[in-house]
Amino acid sequence: MEELQAPPAMDRLSALAAGTVVPAEIHPELQDEEMILEVADFNLSYGSKQVLFDVNLPVPRGKVTALIGPSGCGKSTLLRSVNRMNDLIDNVTITGDMSLGGDTVYGRGVDVIELRRRMGMVFQKSNPFPMSIRDNVTYALQINGERNRAVLNEVCETALRGAALWDEVHDRLDESALGMSGGQQQRLCIARAIAAEPEVLLMDEPCSALDPIATTRVEELILKLRGDYTVLIVTHNMQQASRVSDYTAFMYLGQVVEYGPTAKLFTNPLLKETEDYITGRFG
Amino acid sequence: MANLNSLGYSRPAASMLARGEPMVWLTGAGLVVGLLMVVSLVAFVFLRGAVTFWPATVLRAELTSGIVAQGEVTRTESFTPDASFLSALNAADRDRAEQEIKHGHGELKRRLVRIGNFEITGEHFMWVEDFRIAPGGEKYPEWLVVLERMSWGRFYGTPVAYLANGEVVADGPAAAWAAFEAGDRGEHAAEGLVLRLVTSGGQLSDIEVSEIVRGYRGNDLDWADKLSLYVSRWHEYLTAEPREANSEGGVFPAIFGTIVMTLGMTILVVPFGVMAALYLREYARQGWLTSVVRISINNLAGVPSIVFGVFGMGFFSYLVGGSIDAIFFADKLPNPTFGTGGIMWASLTLALLTLPVVIVATEEALAAVPSSMREGSFACGATKWQTIQRVVLPRALPGIMTGAILAMARGAGEVAPLMLVGAVKLAPELPLDMTFPFFHPERSFMHLGFHIYDLGFQSQNSEAAKPMVFTTTMLLMGIVLFLNAAAIWLRSRLTRKFSGSKF
Ligand SMILES: Nc1ncnc2c1ncn2[C@@H]1O[C@H](COP(=O)(O)OP(=O)(O)OP(=O)(O)O)[C@@H](O)[C@H]1O
Ligand SMILES: [Mg+2]
Repeated sequence: MEELQAPPAMDRLSALAAGTVVPAEIHPELQDEEMILEVADFNLSYGSKQVLFDVNLPVPRGKVTALIGPSGCGKSTLLRSVNRMNDLIDNVTITGDMSLGGDTVYGRGVDVIELRRRMGMVFQKSNPFPMSIRDNVTYALQINGERNRAVLNEVCETALRGAALWDEVHDRLDESALGMSGGQQQRLCIARAIAAEPEVLLMDEPCSALDPIATTRVEELILKLRGDYTVLIVTHNMQQASRVSDYTAFMYLGQVVEYGPTAKLFTNPLLKETEDYITGRFG
Repeated sequence: MANLNSLGYSRPAASMLARGEPMVWLTGAGLVVGLLMVVSLVAFVFLRGAVTFWPATVLRAELTSGIVAQGEVTRTESFTPDASFLSALNAADRDRAEQEIKHGHGELKRRLVRIGNFEITGEHFMWVEDFRIAPGGEKYPEWLVVLERMSWGRFYGTPVAYLANGEVVADGPAAAWAAFEAGDRGEHAAEGLVLRLVTSGGQLSDIEVSEIVRGYRGNDLDWADKLSLYVSRWHEYLTAEPREANSEGGVFPAIFGTIVMTLGMTILVVPFGVMAALYLREYARQGWLTSVVRISINNLAGVPSIVFGVFGMGFFSYLVGGSIDAIFFADKLPNPTFGTGGIMWASLTLALLTLPVVIVATEEALAAVPSSMREGSFACGATKWQTIQRVVLPRALPGIMTGAILAMARGAGEVAPLMLVGAVKLAPELPLDMTFPFFHPERSFMHLGFHIYDLGFQSQNSEAAKPMVFTTTMLLMGIVLFLNAAAIWLRSRLTRKFSGSKF
């Protein structure tokens, strides 16, 4: 293992706090991966307040990548930038770019609708639509013009099985989704996100409103999705990050501080700041 | 707590205001005052309106002056006579009046008797003071009958004979009445049948049976007879056309016109209002311009409704309708087809009037749709319109329905603008009938609200029309209630469909 000469911990943190861009420590293991999503020199400001600073984050295909960091460090903002959800907010300025499977995300002439269809997103708070369970799951296909009932039903079943929800709801697919329990609703949202077989699945604290049992199920689900799907997940739960993810990126004040294989980051990080955060000494 | 108390701690006495009690009473009082006003208004209308069709006793009062007043007692009251009233009386009457005043705390009792027989008496009603009635002159004759006629109002008299083609077929009250009751009446009656009656003045009067809508012996009704009479009058009221300048008969055309106009208005206003609100809330960039538009819309709700009527008359009837006439109905000019008041113009005018209600309610409903739902839809790759159509509108539908209900209630009770754009006292034809093209948007129509105004303020026979005002008001309130209940039922069904709330 190569020995990096890391600057003293407080210096890096105060440099970040001052808004200076400090390049992230990226572990060499990542160089062997095939990347599906590349974030390059990405800056984002809400109005005059800059939230993301020169973020460089390659996300490997077929792996689960976790984003951790203290509250307000810009994890959600970064995640929402990937499928351009920030377009919905006024006064957002962006520089830099991302590429999804080689295609630019923020370049000229990008069809945002088309882009979003290549990704699935699960939000912190479950947000089922006011329609039947079946229509919720097949929503992405329906708006894409899929009318064939057989196809829709099959996708619905596959997605619900994928989200470990089929056994609970298969006999009430035509009932309103709003009548489900909170945990079921969140798994429904996961089913909805994977129904259209997205290239990348974006999850923003998907378990924060769930009980331990539902959390376990969602975690099992993420582990099952690994390989077929690329998952980018934001979490505040260190155990969860270590359980489900292959790679972890530690963010602080709008910058990626350290990024590497989860096991290494958690047991033997390159930076003292990362260790401090993970062990709960600050954050 | 016990420990604290034993340590000598005592909670500082909270002021009444801090504990909130006065506010409970104040807010409660506000509700009570509001409820009281609503309940007493509804109760008043209901009590006055419900008794209109209940048959009254028929009095025969022989007065000291020799006049005989005969008819239904519609009202009884006490009044304080002034000096000029007393001085106008003759000596004997004044004596009795003064006697009564002495015993009755300065008041005299009088009854309003519907004497009818308008073609003979020239009056519909007569006040009968008790002191004027000759001793023993107050009678409730067994054979005194009440006839409701197609024209000339009610007739009170005692049957003497029943005639067919000029021949007496039954003689005497019992036989004549039996013959009358055995046969049909009204439009079903055969030609040439006549009931001969003697009036209060002793005059004989022949009344054609085909002119009689209903006849009964007013003082010979048991409870069941009265009830069946009551029901039959309600039936006529709800299903028949009006007679006698609207003070008799039914209000079916007005019920029909009210419902068609209200539904037409709702069908027109909801799509427009929803579209406007969608643009304002979902598409427009929120800024000072949208604020100005919102304030203007809210102010529109404060414009007097008659102004909308004037606008509807000038713009819809004369300008739009006039142009339609000039292009399509030139052969009928100068008689206007669309260029005058009509049910479509009325619906459009009221749609304009209720537009703010729908826009405001819809905007609120749209604003209440959680943004997380919209984001979820966008994240699935939905376009703006797909999101609106599939997620936002279904979720906002109950709120939009609430707006429609409010608009409907507002529109159904509106009268002033309707007078200018097509509501009439008596419409010859319904706006919806069996002749092609079935719906006639250009026809003028009757409306219960206008009917109430007409009965209350325009009627020749105001005493007879007065009870009908309450009955019609009751009916209008009932229809509004019914329309609202139907819409609320629909809304609750939709709400259940779109948002279960089990957690
Ligand atoms: N719509 C917005 N407008 C303005 N500022 C925003 C907006 N959304 C987020 N921010 C700001 O951007 C910063 C980053 O927010 P973000 O939601 O990305 O943090 P986070 O890392 O996801 O935090 P948490 O862990 O609490 O979810 C915060 O300081 C926040 O106040
Ligand atoms: Mg967040």
